Amino acid sequence: MRRVAILGAVQTRFEARKASLAYNELVYGVVRELLDRTGVSMREIESMVTASQDAYDGKTISGMAINEVVGAYLKSEAKVAADGLQALLYGVARILSGEFDLTLVVAHCKESEGDPSMITGLMFDPFVQRPLRLDEDVAAALQARRYCRQRGLAPEDVALVSVKAHRQGLKNPYAQRAGEFTVADVLASPLVVDPIHELEAAPRSDGACALLLASEERARALTEHPVVIVGIGNCTDAYWTERDLADARALQEAARRAYAMAGIREPAREIDVVEVSARYAHEELMAIEALGLHPSPVELIAEGRAEFITPSGGPLCGNPPTVSGLVRAVEAYWQLSGEAGAHQIEGARTAVAHGAGGICGQSQTVVILRRE
Amino acid sequence: MPRRVAIIATGQTKHTARRLDVNIAELITEAVTRALEDADLTLRDIDAVLLSNMEPFEGFLFPDLWSVEAWGGYLKPSVKFNTGGTVGTTTAIAAYYYVASGIYDTVMAIGFQKQSEGHTQTAITTVGDPIWERSVMAGAIGNFAVMATTYMHESGVTEEQAAKVAVKARRNACLNEYAHLQMPDITVEDVLKSEMLAYPVKRLDMCPQSDGAVAVVFAEESKAVRLAPRPAWIKAVATAHEQQYMGDSPKRLAEMRSLVAASRRAYQYAGIVNPRKELDVAEIYEVASFAELAMYENLGFCAKGEGGKLIDAGVTELTGELPVNPSGGVLSTNPVGATALIRVAEAALQIMGKAGRRQVENARTALATGYGGNAWTDVIILSREKP
Repeated sequence: MRRVAILGAVQTRFEARKASLAYNELVYGVVRELLDRTGVSMREIESMVTASQDAYDGKTISGMAINEVVGAYLKSEAKVAADGLQALLYGVARILSGEFDLTLVVAHCKESEGDPSMITGLMFDPFVQRPLRLDEDVAAALQARRYCRQRGLAPEDVALVSVKAHRQGLKNPYAQRAGEFTVADVLASPLVVDPIHELEAAPRSDGACALLLASEERARALTEHPVVIVGIGNCTDAYWTERDLADARALQEAARRAYAMAGIREPAREIDVVEVSARYAHEELMAIEALGLHPSPVELIAEGRAEFITPSGGPLCGNPPTVSGLVRAVEAYWQLSGEAGAHQIEGARTAVAHGAGGICGQSQTVVILRRE
Repeated sequence: MPRRVAIIATGQTKHTARRLDVNIAELITEAVTRALEDADLTLRDIDAVLLSNMEPFEGFLFPDLWSVEAWGGYLKPSVKFNTGGTVGTTTAIAAYYYVASGIYDTVMAIGFQKQSEGHTQTAITTVGDPIWERSVMAGAIGNFAVMATTYMHESGVTEEQAAKVAVKARRNACLNEYAHLQMPDITVEDVLKSEMLAYPVKRLDMCPQSDGAVAVVFAEESKAVRLAPRPAWIKAVATAHEQQYMGDSPKRLAEMRSLVAASRRAYQYAGIVNPRKELDVAEIYEVASFAELAMYENLGFCAKGEGGKLIDAGVTELTGELPVNPSGGVLSTNPVGATALIRVAEAALQIMGKAGRRQVENARTALATGYGGNAWTDVIILSREKP
């Protein structure tokens, strides 16, 4: 069967406010750099998949404003209004269909240009829940409570995730927030919504990222060791008030599908590096369980054996919504191509990128990459 | 060689100005239930669901995730698209690629919009660039007025010829039980005398705002053959984008560069040399009467500047040589997120022989288009024969 490889990946530095760049300029920057790095000319690329949200861009059909900079004039571009990793999935489908060889995948978001609480409030049922002025932080706090109570976790246990993430972020030149924090520092940071502290929630960020996909044959012409996408899985959960928030059933199911496709039987043993899309610290613990990496994630982190999990620092170090999942694939690719720099996991061959969208991770995506 | 893909089932709601009896989720369920019943399917037969909707119209983020139970998405793969007027064909084309890729065997594409719960012009106003265009020609009507006048200038088409398109659409709609605007007695005179919105576009030259949903099921070859007596095979799909600023394509309707590029690519895949002779029916995304005439020209149904003559000669009437929009088209029904997917559903109904009173006899090859954003185009060609 035909397979899809990644030829290159680029991201901007994540920052609280990129005041000097409009979002199409932000996208131009990553696309230009990606073409330069891969040596591929825009003329050769016939297919583009982008991910963005009109609500964040403050513009209906906001993908329109980036069509020219992604090179889509008279070509085939489509925008997913979903997490960026979903754009990668569709890009893979386009190449596997045999109709396209090269496909550009791009995600962007300038969270600084809107009111994130109002925007995420638009995810909620308009009749009953929206009038309560809910937003994603409130929903995540309810989930954190439910999950911690279910697993018997203390606030200190969850704070460990933040300590690890921000320490890793020190090695990541693209990070927006990083530092040597202690558990006490995390718990002393202001509450966002009880029990989530500021250092346990992703900061508001501006940024973009891009990847260039190609058929495996094309990639093999350029390198002996292409990074190939060997497994994909996507799954949609019930609306947040219709499920037990401590269960990560959709992520388990997405992972099961991706592992089956990649022939992975023992994820804990076979996976070298994982990039988890955890916008809140407790979500990383849930993901470690659901991805089958360890039954008691707190133990893994406390014992210092979790360095292979989100070595970039992840969303807690910078997280433009929508870019969130796609940049996990950028990081996973860099780990396998040996471009991860100071946070490189030596000899990594198999990597997992995870993306999530909706309230309390209602939509889950898992992508498995392997260096051949 | 991609896997062969066919449409095996469709379902639509009765489209109307205001569905007060259902919410968005319930509206979706109606279309999904009808699509499943159409081929005697259950949700178990559906591997993945792709959704088509323009959420700024109702002021949503992730309307697909909120409504998941309404379309049976629990524990299924799903993703929502957003490309403006084209979103329905964008989603149909994605369904095609996903099935052709081998990732999924059956994919349901769902389009929905409940425009009565939002404010259409508010949403469309923000399409324009905030610095260069929003203040001078925001919204669908102003934009089309500029395009229509330049097109009249370039091609010599008249307001009367455009009015004939509006009449054809609303009369055809009377044969379509799902259509929104059904006007059996409408005349050219009525269109010309209707309220001027922005010269030369009058009220009856424009599409309505509708509440409605549509679902279309795509399947790979073995399933298609097993589940549908006469599947509508996908022969070709193509997408082409236009530049975003009007100033970069001043002859936007006269030239329709994206429609020319996408249709020529699709014709080439499908082996079509003379579209007027080789297509049996077309369901095109004609947002305003003038646009349909320009689309005739740029789809190659006639020579440049001859769009007006084509409608005069009755070529595109239901009984003509190449019927265009027997369903009544966008001028009769326009729930934006569903509209382009309705074109695909209607083209499929024609191939499957299920189009009822609007059936074009012995339709073997059908064209569907989507048009949106700043003048970009999707084209899909369906056929009774396997590709």
